[in-house]
Amino acid sequence: MDHRFESVGDVRDKLSSVDYLADDAIAGIVHLADRLEKPILIEGPAGTGKTQLAKSVAEMSGARLIRLQCYEGLDEAKALYEWNYKKQLLRIQADRSGESDWSELEDDIFSDEFLLTRPLLEAIRADDPVVLLIDEVDRVEIETEALLLEILSEYQVSIPELGTVTAKQIPLVFLTSNNTRELSEALKRRCLYLHLDYPDMDREKEIVLTRVPGITEHLANQVARVVRSIRQLELKKHPSVSETIDWARTLVLLGIDQIDAETATETVNILLKYRTDIEKAVKDMNANADSYSG
Amino acid sequence: MPTPTAAESPLLDLLTGFIVELRNAGLPVSLTENLDAMEAVQHIPLEDRVALKYALAATLVKNNSHWKAFEIVFDVYFSLRGEEYVLDSELTDDPFEDDEDEDGANRGQGGEGNEGQGGSNKGMTPEELAEMLYNALMNGDASMMRSMARESVRRYAGMEPGRPVGGTYYLYRTLRNLDLDGVLEKLMQQQQDESEEDLSQFEQRLQRDEYKDRIDALKKEIEAEIRRRLVADRGVEAMAKTLRKPLPEDVDFMHASREEMANLRKAIYPLTRKLAVRLARKRRRGRKGPLDFRHTIRTSLSYGGVPAEPKFKNPRPKKPEIMVVADISGSVAAFARFTLHLVYALSSQFTQVRSFVFIDGLDEVTEYFEQTDDITEAIHRVNSEADVVWVDGHSDYGHALEVFWNNYGKDVGPKTSVLILGDARNNYHAPNSWIIKDLSERARNVFWLNPEPKSYWDTGDSIISEYSQHCDGIFEVRNLRQLESFADNLA
Ligand SMILES: Nc1ncnc2c1ncn2[C@@H]1O[C@H](COP(=O)(O)OP(=O)(O)OP(=O)(O)O)[C@@H](O)[C@H]1O
Ligand SMILES: [Mg+2]
Repeated sequence: MDHRFESVGDVRDKLSSVDYLADDAIAGIVHLADRLEKPILIEGPAGTGKTQLAKSVAEMSGARLIRLQCYEGLDEAKALYEWNYKKQLLRIQADRSGESDWSELEDDIFSDEFLLTRPLLEAIRADDPVVLLIDEVDRVEIETEALLLEILSEYQVSIPELGTVTAKQIPLVFLTSNNTRELSEALKRRCLYLHLDYPDMDREKEIVLTRVPGITEHLANQVARVVRSIRQLELKKHPSVSETIDWARTLVLLGIDQIDAETATETVNILLKYRTDIEKAVKDMNANADSYSG
Repeated sequence: MPTPTAAESPLLDLLTGFIVELRNAGLPVSLTENLDAMEAVQHIPLEDRVALKYALAATLVKNNSHWKAFEIVFDVYFSLRGEEYVLDSELTDDPFEDDEDEDGANRGQGGEGNEGQGGSNKGMTPEELAEMLYNALMNGDASMMRSMARESVRRYAGMEPGRPVGGTYYLYRTLRNLDLDGVLEKLMQQQQDESEEDLSQFEQRLQRDEYKDRIDALKKEIEAEIRRRLVADRGVEAMAKTLRKPLPEDVDFMHASREEMANLRKAIYPLTRKLAVRLARKRRRGRKGPLDFRHTIRTSLSYGGVPAEPKFKNPRPKKPEIMVVADISGSVAAFARFTLHLVYALSSQFTQVRSFVFIDGLDEVTEYFEQTDDITEAIHRVNSEADVVWVDGHSDYGHALEVFWNNYGKDVGPKTSVLILGDARNNYHAPNSWIIKDLSERARNVFWLNPEPKSYWDTGDSIISEYSQHCDGIFEVRNLRQLESFADNLA
């Protein structure tokens, strides 16, 4: 089979051409997923670019993104497929005169025409290149994970009334998790695993530069430095990449090109959500620098 | 898939050993994952050590808390491999004098610093070395920093082949000679001197964090270099064994270091969520609630009266009510620290958590945790304000339970889960175990978590069995793994 990407470097370049800044781990795993035909499970704190990675990979490879958003209570009918039984019922009623016999009718109503395709099946049946994103998989109950296993390892779906539907082409599959619970061993075994943490300062600066129109290199650098320092505090919730971006955008709008303690104090509520976190950060930013030595 | 060729098989041998060591270190590597890793490396250029590392991580490490352990084993197994991953046979007392940077220093920003590599460092005076190091830190020149790290270890660590001394000792000796704290201050001073106006506190703070980052990177290089030399001297297996540490989930609560404690705290949140979900679980069996008759009929009208689409009521998950009763006496002090974090994590996620602490007296501390978002403050209040000493501040379970029963027993109902945390070392006081018996009858369930090793139970003044006979379960919980398995078994 043809590979989608030449090399790890190729992945990195293509991602950056769609404004996604990858590090060695990210580019490496996307490359590997293509070669080994395995799904990628991405875990990590909120707003570190897990969902965006799937979107960007779709964009860079000209594939259609099919997304299954997970939530508590998600079931087969919403994830895989469902029989359109209203339509089936109408079909049966229309046949009340009894022209066709039951087994014919049964074949008829359990055919493609009456099948409602949900994201997982849609991805398997696609003729065009697709990227399948199973977002926030930790939200479904652990029992529901079982629904995914066949797809993730065999790239197929068994429908009792129709037989097994096998993928015409192996899609790239991404699963994301915010780690609110441990995922099952069975699921993890089938996936490549990436822990996506906050980017280091240089990469965050690059992200800001690509995602915030009109920002100067100088300001982007400062933003990344301040965020790095804030992330070193012990907080309930650290600033995410999206919050960094929002903050940088705000600073640009306000026409600021030099962050001092005052500007930072006034705008830090964009970076942090909890009152206690904000207080902590403000105290820290206005503290005497000597207290940090050692 | 390409099959391994003869040239690659030394790598496959090496990988086999590497995976054995990962398992020794406690990582749960399955057969599938083993095979995936073997296949993965065939898609990576052999000389690319960074790509190799992430390919192995992607296939073998499925839990972020295992990353550190993975990294250590990886360093030990692959730090010596040059381009072909073979050991340099000329390794003698000064092994790495002029080997190449196998993972390509060119990935760093600065292309300079090459003059620092190779054997040209030897003739430098200590002052010259210090100066080059200083400049490397000042400019953030990664490859120069690496080269200086190597030279520093060669000079100052005083490593001798065969000496049975650990890496920490060599690290200490090297760092002592470099005086990095002094270097940091000097860097800050120079920054200050060179800027036209006074640097604000804020700018100083940011700059200091930048330099600290670079110094940390330098320390990592130094550690890595020491490790390389130790591996060259003692061999891969022996070194891997020396460096083996318990995984975070196996760290004993009672003997956790500061750093380990910090990791435990991070790991505890997902676990408490799971715990509470499990405790609430029995009430919501089955995804659907009872048939909603009226809704079904209403819907059926659109099918000409055929009830084609049965409608169900939404199940109403009940909030679990949890009461945590924790011993915070001296004998479990380290455990108590952890316990309070557990209580905090539980109560920040669930409103229905009430917490109590005791020594020989008992006090409710629920509101300490509710009134603040700051765990340190809550713990401080528990330690300074909670009224837990009755007579002498030595554990008296019997009395503490009596206080609990008299003051709060009425609040225990059929929806309440009670978690008792403690070692049941009662200083030979009266046990009052009837309280646990009555409590069990009134509560939904009573679980006892004991931080002592099982082999100590019922020895000395421990009367754990006296209590546990009345509980729904008694568990040894000395580490996260055991806490997790407790949570799992609640299902
Ligand atoms: N490496 C990156 N390159 C470019 N932009 C990035 C990168 N990482 C994150 N971002 C930006 O951060 C935003 C948030 O990322 P995303 O929504 O993917 O986070 P997430 O990890 O899925 O978070 P959550 O867990 O809350 O769903 C993206 O829309 C994008 O603008
Ligand atoms: Mg997301």
